[in-house]
Amino acid sequence: MSETPPTTTVAITNETDIVHVRQAAREAAVTAGFSLVQQTKLVTAASELARNALVYGGGGRAEIAVEETSLTGTVRLTFVDSGPGIPDIEVAMTDGYTTGSGLGLGLGGARRLADRFTIDSAPGKGTRIELSITTRRKS
Amino acid sequence: MPGVPIVKLHDVLLVTIQDELLDYSVDELQQQITEQVVEQQARGVLIDISVLDVVDSFLARTLHDIAAATSLLAAKTVVVGMRPAVAITLVELGLVLAGLQTALSVEEALDILHEGGRPRRTARR
Repeated sequence: MSETPPTTTVAITNETDIVHVRQAAREAAVTAGFSLVQQTKLVTAASELARNALVYGGGGRAEIAVEETSLTGTVRLTFVDSGPGIPDIEVAMTDGYTTGSGLGLGLGGARRLADRFTIDSAPGKGTRIELSITTRRKS
Repeated sequence: MPGVPIVKLHDVLLVTIQDELLDYSVDELQQQITEQVVEQQARGVLIDISVLDVVDSFLARTLHDIAAATSLLAAKTVVVGMRPAVAITLVELGLVLAGLQTALSVEEALDILHEGGRPRRTARR
């Protein structure tokens, strides 16, 4: 990777923005040369985390970046909110655990859909989640 | 965002999702379907999701809840037209939609709804 990839930022302030994040993630996945299944996984993970940022984080933003090499295409999604933060990440990642009305599959599910997943959160400090999916290009 | 059309065909309600849904439209849809089941005395609900290229855990849970609610109202719900990539993603997400019946085509869904209790395909329990 020679230069800093362009980043698209989508604000997450209401339900419509969840759809905007999905659309931006889909576009990035197509640009990176993802297969249909990889596109669907990325967009689904984006949808889960955008909703989390809205419902639990009180809103925030999504940053969407495409990184390309001659052999691979990667989409990196970063979700940032300045909400209450997650006191116990281990517990929050557990399937079925929820403080809201969801299924409790958002975090754990998004992690399973991604190739790389990092979460950084502390009470009072908000939450930052970064995930990426990489595809190998056919030459 | 326009509502989702609900059409009655004999004793079955046909629900054809035509566009990506916002979360509140998903909640509204659940309410509309259950109300229509009672009003129209429907015995079955067929939800066509073939237009959707993404089904996240919120929508999937609502589809499951619609099926559970209509079941209490004596109507069976079958989801039709799930795309292969959506199915793969839901499995990886960890969703097991116990009790939600699916069919590959509208015709097959109508068969399930009219066979009464002996579906040829059932979502994994």
